[in-house]
Amino acid sequence: MNVEVRLFATLRLNRFKKDFMEVAEGSTCNDIISIIGIDVNDVAILMINGIHSNLSDFIKDKDIISIFPPVGGG
Amino acid sequence: MYGYTGKYLRINLTTGKINVELLNEKNAENFIGGRGLGTKMYMDEVDPEIEPFSEDNKILFVTGPVTGISAPAGSRYMVVTKSPLSGTIASSNSGGFWGPELKFAGYDLIIVEGKSEKPVYIYINNEHVEIRDAAEYWGGLVTDVTNRIKEATDPKAKVLTIGPGGENLSLIASVMNEKDRAAGRSGVGAVMGSKNLKAIAVRGTNKVEVYDKEALMKTYKESLVKIKENGVTGSGLPTYGTAVLVNIINEAGMLPTNNFQLSQFADADDISGETLADKFLIKNTACYGCPIACGRHVRIGDGEGGGPEYETIWAFGSDLGINDLNEIILANHMCNEMGIDTISAGSTLAAAMELYQRGYIKDEELDGMKLEFGDAASMTEWMRKTGLREGFGDKIALGSYRLAESYGRSDLSMSVKKLEMPAYDPRGVQGQGLNYATSNRGGCHVRGYMISPEILSLPQALDRFETKDKPVWTKIFQDLTAAIDSLGFCLFTSFALGADDYAEFMNAATGMNFDGESILKAGERIYNLEKLYNLEAGIAPSEDTLPPRLLNDAIEVGPSKGRVHELGILLPEYYSERGWDSIGIPTEKKLKELGID
Ligand code: SF4
Repeated sequence: MNVEVRLFATLRLNRFKKDFMEVAEGSTCNDIISIIGIDVNDVAILMINGIHSNLSDFIKDKDIISIFPPVGGG
Repeated sequence: MYGYTGKYLRINLTTGKINVELLNEKNAENFIGGRGLGTKMYMDEVDPEIEPFSEDNKILFVTGPVTGISAPAGSRYMVVTKSPLSGTIASSNSGGFWGPELKFAGYDLIIVEGKSEKPVYIYINNEHVEIRDAAEYWGGLVTDVTNRIKEATDPKAKVLTIGPGGENLSLIASVMNEKDRAAGRSGVGAVMGSKNLKAIAVRGTNKVEVYDKEALMKTYKESLVKIKENGVTGSGLPTYGTAVLVNIINEAGMLPTNNFQLSQFADADDISGETLADKFLIKNTACYGCPIACGRHVRIGDGEGGGPEYETIWAFGSDLGINDLNEIILANHMCNEMGIDTISAGSTLAAAMELYQRGYIKDEELDGMKLEFGDAASMTEWMRKTGLREGFGDKIALGSYRLAESYGRSDLSMSVKKLEMPAYDPRGVQGQGLNYATSNRGGCHVRGYMISPEILSLPQALDRFETKDKPVWTKIFQDLTAAIDSLGFCLFTSFALGADDYAEFMNAATGMNFDGESILKAGERIYNLEKLYNLEAGIAPSEDTLPPRLLNDAIEVGPSKGRVHELGILLPEYYSERGWDSIGIPTEKKLKELGID
């Protein structure tokens, strides 16, 4: 299945802003993160289609996965 | 007194009298300083029904006990008066360097009263305090006036000033310090302007005595480690500034766009903190004593200067449908020079654009200028006209509520208690919406920043769509924030520090005896005091609400699709959590418990 992965802030450095990936059925966010080579400790916020999700959540075809390091503001 | 200087200035601009008075220790213990102590002292002296621009109104510039001591980001001072925009209590908070310098000069706060016949500025050089003629600065822009007043006084003086916005009594006028740090909200700059007070320059060379230097150093060092090790304060904020939020909030489908008609902006990445860092950032800047350094020094046209915060990027970006970061930087700069609040100015322009889009505002009113969503080219000129109250800018200068009301559509003002709401659509984030509705100064995001748990998962993740538990969280965030603002810390320290840390700073600085619980209690006392002020000033309890669009019209597309704000569910529970009655009035029992008479 095909998913869109969006990276933000420092996670973009030496990687990409947005990419489309072919992944196996039954993949989780964790799988995506290890394919890209992001340390789980660098992941503070994870969204699937704009909804906060967990590393162990399964993804579906055409999902958009947005990954953020620790960031804040106000 | 320790932590405090124990003295304050009372300056009467009608009579020209300058007095030094002693701080009331009991008040300091109960209301800490800054926002809390300022509100208490203001309420003790000024009739709550006062007209904000009357000669009898007063304006206070108040530091906290950690302002200017060895404390991380103890940079803050607050401008306390009655807001001419909202009619509520205004405690407009600013970092920069002015607050610490006032402490070094030997004063915890200044009470300015009366009204000068002609433009003046105040120069404080330790114990020497003068009221000086400001005719040559009146009408001047913020950077130029700041530079010239330093030349005329002391190059090391720290200068706060109003721009033309405050002079012209714009209800959204700010007080600027050191050029680009703003006490932005609630129109406090206009109260200075109404007194013909252009600026206050301060030079101080004393140290602030603290109660236990060793304990303070220990707490300071431990807190620096916490701040460095924390992902947000140690890396996120320094690298990208507050604007890093643009993409996060947009991904969640709650970045208000076109005056909250939409909740997602297709071009968000073009105006993001990442793009700001890539294309415009020259260096980070920090307020006094701040290890975080979230400030952005950026390219502005051919020059350079202070860059926009997240809220500003939103106000001049997605809320106006604008994707041109260069133009946003220019509009931000114009607001800083004019001394007007970027959040209120952008949001009022957004309301004007919607009124135009719907046919209420006609071309004849616009002196040939455009007023359309997405039109970046006119934005900076609109800000110039707003500061000078030229043409249609005269209406923008009154804020979105009065503007929309004048066309019979006050519902199109995205404000609470007439203060424009910043950059988070409450329909997608229930706790933050409750905070907007109940904030004592109106639509303000930093009275109880529920975005932290609901979006950033700090200190723990809460489901943003849920109403459960939000009242209790909102209350705790509001109370803690009231204490932080009163201490003189920057709120951003709270990503890394908690109530117990703040208590340790308070105790080491002042010798008082606080713990985390009593810090929160003090915050609650301050929150209740502000609420009492608002009630006495005639703010109806029913104004604890949100614009009808957010309560009735569901978000149409994006991740927050189908959502409205559930204030009807949240508010009764919030009032009960606060120990207030069913319409939101603090009960006798609660006030007694907090020691407020
Ligand atoms: S975190 Fe930013 S706003 Fe706060 S004191 Fe530091 S530089 Fe100033």
